[in-house]
Amino acid sequence: MSKKMLAGPYLIWMVGFIMIPLALIVYYGLTDRTGAFTVANVMAITTAEHAKALWLSLGLSLVSTVICLLLAYPLAMILRGRNMGQSSFIVFIFILPMWMNFLLRTLAWQTLLEKNGVINGILSTLHLPTQALINTSGAIILGMVYNFLPFMVLPIYNVLCKIDDNTINAARDLGANFLQTLLRIWIPLSIPGVISGITMVFVPALTTFVISNLLGGSKILLIGNVIEQEFTKGSNWHLGSGLSLVLMIFILLSMALIAKYDKGEGSGF
Amino acid sequence: MNKTRLMLRKLVQDFYLVLIMVFLYAPIATMMVLSFNSSKSRTQWGGFTLRWYTEMFASRNIVDAMYNTLLIAFLSALIATLIGTAAAIAINSMRQVPKTIVMGITNIPMLNADIVTGISLMLAFIAFGISLGFQTVLIAHITFNIPYVILSVMPKLKQTNRYTYEAAMDLGAGPVQAFFKVVFPDILPGVLSGFLLAFTMSLDDFIITHFTRGAGINTLSTLIYSEVRRGIKPSMYALSTVIFVVVLALLVISNFAPKKQVK
Repeated sequence: MSKKMLAGPYLIWMVGFIMIPLALIVYYGLTDRTGAFTVANVMAITTAEHAKALWLSLGLSLVSTVICLLLAYPLAMILRGRNMGQSSFIVFIFILPMWMNFLLRTLAWQTLLEKNGVINGILSTLHLPTQALINTSGAIILGMVYNFLPFMVLPIYNVLCKIDDNTINAARDLGANFLQTLLRIWIPLSIPGVISGITMVFVPALTTFVISNLLGGSKILLIGNVIEQEFTKGSNWHLGSGLSLVLMIFILLSMALIAKYDKGEGSGF
Repeated sequence: MNKTRLMLRKLVQDFYLVLIMVFLYAPIATMMVLSFNSSKSRTQWGGFTLRWYTEMFASRNIVDAMYNTLLIAFLSALIATLIGTAAAIAINSMRQVPKTIVMGITNIPMLNADIVTGISLMLAFIAFGISLGFQTVLIAHITFNIPYVILSVMPKLKQTNRYTYEAAMDLGAGPVQAFFKVVFPDILPGVLSGFLLAFTMSLDDFIITHFTRGAGINTLSTLIYSEVRRGIKPSMYALSTVIFVVVLALLVISNFAPKKQVK
């Protein structure tokens, strides 16, 4: 009986700082300044400016997620093939940047890509024309891929390590070539890791405002930027909350996806 | 498969590993090099200097932010570990339905976008009448840290044998004594890794802090953000070099230190 009491502090905390705050977003999102019910804040997503920001966010985060997946899957396969333990140094190297401060990682790319940055500096010493690298969609995608790649590598690597070598060898013995083994063995068995990697990249990429702010300049507005500005500058919390509700629909979709494939194994942290 | 093909495959694989490694580390290395550059330019090498490091440690803002960051990380990890461990023990003994509900809600801060968590907490603090500042950042960090602690402790709890606890009670130990003598040593690794995870999550957070900090207080993340937007200062490169080296050292120690118990 006393064991159940131990949950007390957490349950109070949970209600106070998880459930009530979320309820407040719903409340603000569905009311106007006078407190009357309205769906205008949510429907504001259909205005040209906001819809453009949402489509751009969806597009850029989708592209980044696909690039992360294409880079991470072979990497995870190679790392698994090296047959080293979870704590081996080489795996550690590919996970390490995850623990480096997120803003500093983005600052690093700003330094490289800027008009007077390192890459253009190298180009001009080689007497090549300088390129407009920063403040483009490409720069934002690069920033997303760089920041979130380890979040894709880790879950895929973890799930690949659980595949029994004998399964792969058996497929080979039965005459399957590399492509067949990949399609019939590797990929089906690694789906849970892939799904959890996709959500771990897609959700932060979709909702970021930092990367677009630092690498996209003020020209490229993502949905995260729009929401952030409503709360810090525009101070229309109702509109900001309404747009957050739209964003949460996409987050809920990916949560549902995870719940379907992830059988309580955790994402490998 | 013949030998040359195997060799070739390994070569291609090594090449790929190196390529990704360069992609991951070249930006960080560039910042490190620039932190010793006496010229403010990012393209001209003006000679070696430690000026940006002395400037960094002389800057009141940076030192204050460091202090805040470490204090908040430590306190939030500690409090989250206490609340989270207690909660995990209770959740573990719950029936299926309440357990599923509580764990579902526990997952929300982990899976939700940081921007939504940050905004929702900000709205709550204002609704509760708590003024934004150190205390709200601390509460926010505890909130997103507790799930990490619970998820680290739960698997360890599932492994513990409930009869040893009951045996201790039969032998005359009180519930508290039985817990600390029998159960706690078993779940200690989970508690510790939960604490460390919470600590690093707190150190690294920017977005939630950004919305809950108010005007008066900076952590390193929020300070970097405002400095970078104002124009890059070389002392930020010095700062990032210091942070990278510290993080590297901590991770190397925690990952590769000789483990006491063999698993």
